[in-house]
Amino acid sequence: MIDRLRYQGAFLPVLTVVASLIVIWYAGAVFLNSTQLIDRYQRQDINWNLGRLAADAWRMERPVLPSPHQVGIELKKTVLDKRVTSKRSLVYHAGITLSSSLLGFVLGTLLGVALAIGIVYVETLDRSLMPWIIASQTVPILALAPMIIVVLGSVGVTGLFPKSVISMYLCFFPVVVGMVKGLRSPEPMLIDQMHTYSASRMQIFFKLRLPSSIPFLFASLKVAIALSVVGAIVAELPTGGQGGLGARLLTGSYYGQITMIWAALIVASIVSALLVTAIGRAERVALRRLNGGQAVTV
Amino acid sequence: MNRPAQSGSTVVRISDLSLEFSTDDGLVQALAGIDLDITPGEFISLIGPSGCGKTTLLRVIADLEAHTSGEILVNGVSPDEARQNRAYGYVFQAPALYPWRTVRRNVILPLEIMGVSRDEREARSTRYLELVNLTGFENKYPWQLSGGMQQRVSIARALCVEPELLLMDEPFGALDEITRDHLNQQLLELWRKTGKTVVFVTHSIPEAVFLSTRVIVMSPRPGQVVDVIPCDFSKDRTLDIRETPEFLEIAHRVREGLKAGHSYDDD
Ligand SMILES: Nc1ncnc2c1ncn2[C@@H]1O[C@H](COP(=O)(O)OP(=O)(O)OP(=O)(O)O)[C@@H](O)[C@H]1O
Ligand SMILES: [Mg+2]
Repeated sequence: MIDRLRYQGAFLPVLTVVASLIVIWYAGAVFLNSTQLIDRYQRQDINWNLGRLAADAWRMERPVLPSPHQVGIELKKTVLDKRVTSKRSLVYHAGITLSSSLLGFVLGTLLGVALAIGIVYVETLDRSLMPWIIASQTVPILALAPMIIVVLGSVGVTGLFPKSVISMYLCFFPVVVGMVKGLRSPEPMLIDQMHTYSASRMQIFFKLRLPSSIPFLFASLKVAIALSVVGAIVAELPTGGQGGLGARLLTGSYYGQITMIWAALIVASIVSALLVTAIGRAERVALRRLNGGQAVTV
Repeated sequence: MNRPAQSGSTVVRISDLSLEFSTDDGLVQALAGIDLDITPGEFISLIGPSGCGKTTLLRVIADLEAHTSGEILVNGVSPDEARQNRAYGYVFQAPALYPWRTVRRNVILPLEIMGVSRDEREARSTRYLELVNLTGFENKYPWQLSGGMQQRVSIARALCVEPELLLMDEPFGALDEITRDHLNQQLLELWRKTGKTVVFVTHSIPEAVFLSTRVIVMSPRPGQVVDVIPCDFSKDRTLDIRETPEFLEIAHRVREGLKAGHSYDDD
């Protein structure tokens, strides 16, 4: 009930923001495309005013910044008008990106949780592992991605998996950091209490540490899922031919099809937004259960 | 169940016990030369100014803290062994309930850990929730209970293990006076019914005198026993005895003991 009211309350502000973004976008299209157009007007001795400039800027064949409706038309062409199995359908490409993101997300989460358990329970890992984990994230993924694809390809691993490895590489980090904190979050008093029951480490883990870490896990998962999409797209750049939104971005820039790039970007952000929302929903349900049915604010 | 072989008459035997904490600014002497024997069925209160080592002493008995010198036996064995035998129940200052568990599932947590059968868990939780007057609240969650009710759940949880010894660290410290009076009466009745040995930490003189068979007055830096005051009121006493001259006299002696502890602190 309260949740619904909150969503309704958010609807108008969100709409306002979207509307102003579109207005800014149209203005930006005029501004960024104006140099080219004015150049042409002068060469062809055409009388022009601001109205004509705007009209021309919004329907250019090869704009620097396409206008929203041009991107909209491109989206309609590639999302709605094509069969989803067609290589020209953005839904098809989004599907490819989505599957490798999800696989990478699952693998990264598992890896992250496993590392966190190691760090919390094994003192030598606590001291030795964390610097490496942090160092792993300072390597630019853009440089690493082609190498991973090539190396895995040379040992015969191709297709979905190498791309997922790159998503996993980005995903596991927030999960490790969050889970280490989460597994250590129970108050000393609760741990002492477990000692008074003479509980084993395993029992303390499953009955206290793991449930206590759930809020931290979800905070990490929201970051991780968005990173997994980024990872998948970056992984698709060097494998251009095989499809995916990253491949579309590359093709678009190769042929100077700016509108195509924008359409792919928008689909990518819709995919991310849907995934983050899905995690947010799951979080709400999980935290509510963790609080004994009490409403939670996330 | 875990009755010691050699000492049927002491539940806790402490002699010349000392404990030092090593902190960043050197050693802190938390307990020094404590001697204390507790016999079965006694209700012992530890009272003393903040920081005098009451919690520390209780934690040593519970094997949550290791003493530096001296000797301590719980049920005739070392605190570590006693803990592993689940010889005691410990009630912390805060209720320490798990928000994701219902009242019943909170109470049976130690039983799950001990591997007690499902039927037995059900039976015991019902019994002890009734004993603390919480029948009907089994399926509520902690956030749906008042602070006093939460603390009673935590007492039921400690009782559920059916220990002979109950260690309680200021269990009613955070509650208002009326709730506290009420819970004191309930605790007294519970003690009378079950005949358990209780070690009870408090800051309140009336609470200590009302509940106890002996009040142990402690002084700070280092934590020492300054006075041991027997107070044998009849077992079916009510809160009214707090106005009787005998009660006030004992309360006065406790207060004097606390003062003596403080002057020791001031030298
Ligand atoms: N883990 C610890 N490390 C270092 N010093 C400690 C530790 N625990 C307690 N102390 C010190 O030991 C002394 C006794 O503390 P303790 O908690 O037993 O006091 P207390 O009598 O229970 O006080 P209160 O009535 O405020 O609860 C204090 O001076 C405290 O600072
Ligand atoms: Mg204390």
